[in-house]
Amino acid sequence: MMQSLKWRIVLIAVVLAGSFFLVYPSVGPVPELWAKYLPNNPIRLGLDLQGGLYLTLEVQAEQAVEAVVDQTALEAASLMKDERIRYSDVVRTSGTSLSVYLRDPDQEGLFDSKVLDKLTNFKKISSGPSDKGFEIQLQIDPKNVESIKQRAVRQAVDTIRNRVDAFGVAEPDVVIQGEDRIVVQLPGLKEDINRAIDIIKRTARLEFKIVDEKGDLAAAEKGDMPPGDEILYKVDRNPRTGASTRTPYLLKKQILMTGDVLTDARVQPDQHGRLIIAMDFNRAGARQFERITGEHVRERLAIVLDNRVYSAPVIKDRISGGSAIIEGVFSPEEAHDLALVLRAGSLPAPVKIIENRTVGPSLGEDSIRLGRNAIVLGMLFIAIGMAVYYRWSGMVANIALSLNLLLILAVMVSPVLRATLTLPGLAGMALVIGMAIDANILIFERVREELRSGKSARAAMDAGYTKAFLTIIDTHVTNFLAALPLIQFGTGPVKGFAITLCIGLIVSIFTAFFVTRTIFDYVFQVKHIKRLSI
Amino acid sequence: MELIKPNTKIDFMGKRHYAYIFSAVILVLALASIPVKGTIKLGIDFSGGVMIQARFNKPVEIDVIREALKPLSENLTVQKLVGSEEFIVRMEAPEGGSDKLAQEVKQLLDDKIGKGATEIRSLEMVGPKVGKDLQEHAIWATVIALIFLLIYMAFRFTLTMGLGAIACLIHDLAILYGFFTWTGLEFNLTILAAWLTVIGYDVNDTIVVCDRIRENLKTMKKKPLEEIFNISINQTLSRTLLTSGFTLLSVLAFLVFGTTILRDFAWALLVGIVFGTYSSIFVASPLVLELDRFLPVKRG
Repeated sequence: MMQSLKWRIVLIAVVLAGSFFLVYPSVGPVPELWAKYLPNNPIRLGLDLQGGLYLTLEVQAEQAVEAVVDQTALEAASLMKDERIRYSDVVRTSGTSLSVYLRDPDQEGLFDSKVLDKLTNFKKISSGPSDKGFEIQLQIDPKNVESIKQRAVRQAVDTIRNRVDAFGVAEPDVVIQGEDRIVVQLPGLKEDINRAIDIIKRTARLEFKIVDEKGDLAAAEKGDMPPGDEILYKVDRNPRTGASTRTPYLLKKQILMTGDVLTDARVQPDQHGRLIIAMDFNRAGARQFERITGEHVRERLAIVLDNRVYSAPVIKDRISGGSAIIEGVFSPEEAHDLALVLRAGSLPAPVKIIENRTVGPSLGEDSIRLGRNAIVLGMLFIAIGMAVYYRWSGMVANIALSLNLLLILAVMVSPVLRATLTLPGLAGMALVIGMAIDANILIFERVREELRSGKSARAAMDAGYTKAFLTIIDTHVTNFLAALPLIQFGTGPVKGFAITLCIGLIVSIFTAFFVTRTIFDYVFQVKHIKRLSI
Repeated sequence: MELIKPNTKIDFMGKRHYAYIFSAVILVLALASIPVKGTIKLGIDFSGGVMIQARFNKPVEIDVIREALKPLSENLTVQKLVGSEEFIVRMEAPEGGSDKLAQEVKQLLDDKIGKGATEIRSLEMVGPKVGKDLQEHAIWATVIALIFLLIYMAFRFTLTMGLGAIACLIHDLAILYGFFTWTGLEFNLTILAAWLTVIGYDVNDTIVVCDRIRENLKTMKKKPLEEIFNISINQTLSRTLLTSGFTLLSVLAFLVFGTTILRDFAWALLVGIVFGTYSSIFVASPLVLELDRFLPVKRG
């Protein structure tokens, strides 16, 4: 018996010391030596407690599918040119289908064998005469639609991760939620939240297109668009007056190259001291760029970012070396942010913000101070009450109670879990403190009953613990079971509540049965107490 | 010190018909809020919308703020927090995105009240779809939690005790619903956590009583069920009152320190614990007793 007591005390001491080491960095400044050799992560605070940004984005994944269909339409047109198949038009007819209009119905066989075969994942769904020519309808394989969408969401997550890394927030978190949603959490982000949102949200799709010099811009603006062309605008803003002018450009729709080949983008001043973005391409990109510029000498190459023309310089000669620049009138912030999003890569589809929670640091500080004060005061009330009602035994319960709080924090900080403390988490903690106190009250009331029935202090203590055991297990297990679906279904704050609750319930069982019991055993065995102060 | 004398014998079960009347009256009062006040006021977490908390470095009238933000929404409510120049503005989510909302709000307030006078302390925008999802998740989580509870209670105790516990919860949640609707307090994610806390305490109380009943059923085989229930409730009465009392003490701390959300949280706990204590004695056990005719409690 003495032996087991000794080991129990050692175990409690170890747990206590371990918890102290885990929790201390959240409370006070850590000495240098400690910071070097011991875990010194402070507790992770939720956005509601330290301020920051929480965004839910919805990826417009169907637009990624549309982009594939658009690209395929361009590919079909170019293949038909190569095979000398005469056609009047190729258009996207819905999010997942396109129609090809042949001038000569007899060329359908040629189209099937030479063009359709090369268009991966597209199937012919119908063909027949129409007023625009012989129409062949193609549709993307539904299975492929799903995989394009999923890829778009995954790729968007990767890109956004790259982008938020630049904010210098300690623990950014970007995860997929459901099918097409992305949750971005930037706890501790203090400055310029609007700029952060802009950077996260920006599609940053860089495209190189050729200006259609032969087409009639004025006629196109009135609606008579040459086939395969589009109009995009260049927007110039006068930095002094703030007024902006829009210049239209008639471009060939075909995308010659995209920003996917970028390896770097940085801000530089040009010879006039204006800011430009210098970009480097990877080897494949450099080759591609060289070929394009070689094929289009003396034409204008438009640099298009998110469907806005930035510049359209004349290609004087074949450009090798794999680099290009974007000109425009940039403020230093704009230039910096643009280079950042170009480096991080483009989003495969636009995203829409469907949830935005921005908490300023001052509000977070208030919440944590109030929450802490409320818990400390609540514990103080309880401690005084327990001491008054149960005297020395009440003090033992109070030790267990303080230990409870310490252990919950320690488990949350521990590298295994790294749980986040939120405002509802504090609520969960309050509930657990109530449960822990209840466990002690259940035990003590039982002990009192046993004492009244004439048992000795020692025997009453033993019986009290044994009889209260099942009750306490039942109450804790039911609460645990009720909290589980909350972890599964709950989002953000409610999850925080449930996790804190579950940790607390386990800790509560430990302190109620192991810690207080050991203290009582110590008092009985070592101090040889005959009467119980309860 | 003793709150309840050791041999207290209150005839709870004998008075259960008064409790039925009391419960019925309270429930009618609580649910009368629906025809009178409409349904519970959902926070933007569940209804979708925009909530802005702003603080000013000088006294500002509510109407000035409403006037300033009119361009954003005709339909906005402004609430002043007690004891500070701090306001909460609620409005519908603007059509077609609101990426720059914080900027716009700050600009409008700066223009009206003076540059640098405004601090946007928080801005929350929840799209209607997200709100609906959160609602659904919350309901599912609660329903599954209740099912787990029923299964566990039926397995560890008896089916009727499980039903009793659930009845208790529904009783108390209905009262909370009425309380929130009558007072116009907002139901949001944090308040959901408070309600779940109440559920936790509620189940706790019911289980402690059921546990004692189960134990006494083994030793008091000759006694009628009603008496065993009475004995069990009396035996645990001291614990029931102590635990509720102590938790109410800590709730008091939340009331003292709470601003807005923490205070609403504390109110939910206060009402929930008071009625939870009542219902664990007067709703759960009587129900088991009434159901005994159809689903007899096993003895021994």
